[in-house]
Amino acid sequence: MSQHAIEFENVRKSYGDTLALDGISFSVEPGTTTVLVGPSGCGKTTTMKLVNRLEDPTDGTVKFEGQDVQEVDKIDLRRSIGYVIQDIGLFDHMTVAENVATVPRLLDWDEERIDERVDELLELMDLPPAQYREDYPRELSGGQRQRVGVARALAADPDVMLMDEPFGALDPITRDNLQDEFLEIQEQINTTILFVTHDIDEALKMGDKIAIYDVGEVVQYDTPENILENPATEFVEDFIGQNRGLKKLQVLEVGHIMSTDGRIVGQSWADVRSTGSVPAEVATDESGTPAHVAADQSTETALSKLVESDGSKLPVVENGSVVGTVSVDQINDASSEPKEIVYE
Amino acid sequence: MSNLLFEAFTYLTSNFDTFLALLREHIVLVLVAQVAATVVAVTAGILATRNERVKTWVLSGGNVSQTIPPLAVIALVFPFVGIGFNSAVLAMWVYALLPIITNTIAGIEEVPESTIRSAEGMGMTDWEILRKIQLPLAVPVIFAGIRTSTVMNVGTAYLAIFIGAGGLGDWVVTGIQLFNNPQILAGAIPGALLAISLDTVLGFVERSLDTQTTSGGGGAAADA
Ligand SMILES: Nc1ncnc2c1ncn2[C@@H]1O[C@H](COP(=O)(O)OP(=O)(O)O)[C@@H](O)[C@H]1O
Ligand SMILES: [Mg+2]
Repeated sequence: MSQHAIEFENVRKSYGDTLALDGISFSVEPGTTTVLVGPSGCGKTTTMKLVNRLEDPTDGTVKFEGQDVQEVDKIDLRRSIGYVIQDIGLFDHMTVAENVATVPRLLDWDEERIDERVDELLELMDLPPAQYREDYPRELSGGQRQRVGVARALAADPDVMLMDEPFGALDPITRDNLQDEFLEIQEQINTTILFVTHDIDEALKMGDKIAIYDVGEVVQYDTPENILENPATEFVEDFIGQNRGLKKLQVLEVGHIMSTDGRIVGQSWADVRSTGSVPAEVATDESGTPAHVAADQSTETALSKLVESDGSKLPVVENGSVVGTVSVDQINDASSEPKEIVYE
Repeated sequence: MSNLLFEAFTYLTSNFDTFLALLREHIVLVLVAQVAATVVAVTAGILATRNERVKTWVLSGGNVSQTIPPLAVIALVFPFVGIGFNSAVLAMWVYALLPIITNTIAGIEEVPESTIRSAEGMGMTDWEILRKIQLPLAVPVIFAGIRTSTVMNVGTAYLAIFIGAGGLGDWVVTGIQLFNNPQILAGAIPGALLAISLDTVLGFVERSLDTQTTSGGGGAAADA
């Protein structure tokens, strides 16, 4: 039986007279990133707090790895779930290393194992341990503090991470860098992530699945591509905002729209280049060498490479061999034509 | 003036053994009252942050204790604990409570909500949050309260002589009665110096407790 990492079943939550959640139902698959996005006050944080029982539902069931969270000991549950919030909440009286070691210490790991884990995580978060271990949070920049917050949440290798607007307080450039880094890290750690943001662009970028919230309700739960393709309601359409076509280019991967026939498909990219058998229509970069993209890069990247060169086709390279080509027309079609995109 | 200081100094050196005895009494009074007040006030302060009702009681109790003059406290308690050291300590203890209580409450409540929420979300129990997060972060503020009330009590301890508990007040009161100005000063100046040096030393400790959270490059460091 394939088990959901987290399930919400008709969950309602009220605070006194305020109905924060009016019956939400969806499930989060293991190893994926699910983003909850919507205007402020629509119940995203509440949804998140129901998972680690910082709040309890008024009605309905929240399941963690198949088990009703109400039946799990709160403290054990929280220690097995990573938690990052916008204000980070680093412990100012503790060093970076001590901050990161928080949950392992609560779980009574031995000190040697804790030390190793702290170093490993600081490396992962691009904070060289030799330099940062003994720093206090006040000595760090906002971006560095947020990295420590993420490292701390990952410390005990949780199956699920809850991230409530983790990059919300950062400047756009730092935020963009951290998003990219986090996407890479997520591939390595393969943790299930529930991620809250009020920024649709961040949602489209980070999410395998996106739950769009309107006051107390999930109005659409789908992949970024399908949400851009078929917004379920006018609210969703408004929320996505301008430039849907452009946003589609950002989330759509080259591999999904490339054509897989053509003379160079199947050959090694190094061979194609060294034998000079590059067809005349292939795009080149500004130095005149043939350009290419990876299959998992965005169509936006491909388009930009195509626009910068005079060729009309861009080879798609995976593991050193050419697996297909994309053209401006193909990208154009994909971004404008409403068509169901199928994923394996 | 400098002549008077000189006479006071001469009085002190020629009665040096008595001086040491009075100084010792004075310091012991302050120390015992302070330790007892710290234990009770920190506990009361912690309890106050756990429950709004308790907080109201604790704070109004603390406020009342500050508004009663020390001599009135003595008048109230000496029927029960007698005249002498005990009632003097009790009066000073009452007087020392409020600054420590208010600072304990403030120190704990100043811990940012996000810090507490993180700790809770990571699976710390209430007790662990108090012990590992709130108290360590509040220590500098609590210590500032202890410092304030210690310095205040060095002054209050001068009144101990009225109930036969000794201290440097002995020379001041006797000096006033005998119009012996050098004796008054020989009693008063060491107390002032004691207050100043305690303030300095405790202030130093307080800052060293606080360096961890306030020193360093601040938030201006560049992103890695
Ligand atoms: N502890 C609380 N007490 C009362 N109302 C709350 C509390 N927490 C959240 N709410 C209310 O519930 C609604 C949803 O809040 P929240 O989940 O924080 O929204 P979001 O994270 O999407 O901004 C809001 O109307 C908010 O005011
Ligand atoms: Mg929120």
